[in-house]
Amino acid sequence: MNVIPAATVKVMKYELRDVARSRWLIAYTLFFIVVTDALLRFGGGGKSLISLMTITLFIIPLVALVFGTVYLDNAHEFIELLLAQPLTRRQLYGGLYLGLSIPLALAFLVGLAVPFTLHGLDDPALRASLAMLAVTGVVLTFVFTALAFVIAAWSDDRMRRMGAAIGVWLFVAVLYDGLVLILVMMFGDYPIERPMLGLMLANPIDLARVLLLLQFDMSALMGYTGAAFQQVFTGSTGILIAAAALTFWVAAPVLLGLRAFQKRDF
Amino acid sequence: MIAISGLTKRFGEQEVLRGLDLTVKHGRVTAIVGPNGAGKTTLIKTILGLVRADAGSIRVNGVLVSDDCAYRANIGYMPQIARFPQNLTGAELLAMLRDLRGSRGMSVDGTLDEELIDRFGLAEHLGKPVRTLSGGTRQKVNAVMAFLFAPSLLILDEPTAGLDPAASSVFKDKILTERDAGRTFILSSHFMNELEELADDVVFLLDGVVRYSGAVDDLMRNTRQANLGRAISHLMTMGVAA
Repeated sequence: MNVIPAATVKVMKYELRDVARSRWLIAYTLFFIVVTDALLRFGGGGKSLISLMTITLFIIPLVALVFGTVYLDNAHEFIELLLAQPLTRRQLYGGLYLGLSIPLALAFLVGLAVPFTLHGLDDPALRASLAMLAVTGVVLTFVFTALAFVIAAWSDDRMRRMGAAIGVWLFVAVLYDGLVLILVMMFGDYPIERPMLGLMLANPIDLARVLLLLQFDMSALMGYTGAAFQQVFTGSTGILIAAAALTFWVAAPVLLGLRAFQKRDF
Repeated sequence: MIAISGLTKRFGEQEVLRGLDLTVKHGRVTAIVGPNGAGKTTLIKTILGLVRADAGSIRVNGVLVSDDCAYRANIGYMPQIARFPQNLTGAELLAMLRDLRGSRGMSVDGTLDEELIDRFGLAEHLGKPVRTLSGGTRQKVNAVMAFLFAPSLLILDEPTAGLDPAASSVFKDKILTERDAGRTFILSSHFMNELEELADDVVFLLDGVVRYSGAVDDLMRNTRQANLGRAISHLMTMGVAA
């Protein structure tokens, strides 16, 4: 038996075709091409990789959440039509999820790959870091596209869904680190390394950042949670734990989205 | 063909279906009528499995509607609003449905019913992306999809709302031909003259229950009205009064 049912692959195939022709997706690809190219031209080397990481960690969650939410809003009638076909909801969900997340991930990879191919990348350490950045960006795409499915089932009101998508992004990408900092200031006199570690694992963007900075070997830039992380884990153990946590961060929203999709009324 | 008993559905505070019982006969066109908010669309969506009932049961051809999706291979559905992925072409949409249905190996006896493509003159539009098609043309694609697999049951929700008069006539002829070939139709519409032409049976919904269900001829006789439109508005005023 196949792991992915044939019906899922078929839904994915057609949705992928639709998403890939979307002007927004093309703009998204161009955005990464232009930004990466500019950073390579003017910065070059490790510095440009750090800047690229910062932009990636902001933009990917935002686009996956907002593009995903808008796409699912517009696809509502189409999903109804598909649900009226002899498919199970699980098959349909799988197809919709992959058909949305794969083009987004590919757009990012293409946007990254084109400038680096043009400029060339000689340093093998940088090459490894770039590969890590690519993997992390893809994982974040899968995480936040899944969250868009959770949001789609959460409310019947289009504006509230849009608000939730932006709200989730603001929280994980912007507010979270500020809140962590406030906690550090308040409880700075206590041994808070382990709680900090928990807080870092609880936010996929923080987690991705630490993973990347450990790889880049730039602990000075890691912020408080990252510093705590490196104190407890060094080298490959740290990366392994962070990778396991990121895997969890993909699986949990995907399953949550599936549950919501199965219960939902259309 | 369809047997529904004790169907209940609540959306938050609002109880949309309140223990609805209904039988739909094979080989007839059953019109579902009722004021806005009576539960027509919810009923249709529950039969299709788009909405999950809180209580009650639906049997289509004796098969209980539940998580098993196989029964939908025998159903053609034409939703009220035709909105498809913007960047796919009509031909791609039809290919997708063929792909999906074919994979289940059901209901497809090799031949597809593409008559409406010719009769609507749709062939020349099928190569264009959906976003460039007019609303009426999209509704024609929608109609083609419902009939494509020659299903034994067709569920049409306000089907002619977006069609021009010529297309509408073609579509109505198609319904009558297919009914005579033994297919069953469930039709929701606000156009009384359309129902007059098409409907064999009438189901009148009010506040989530069936207030009247029977043949059109009987309804006319019982209400002593001149036409179906009058008879149904008679039911509505009586229903509201009751």
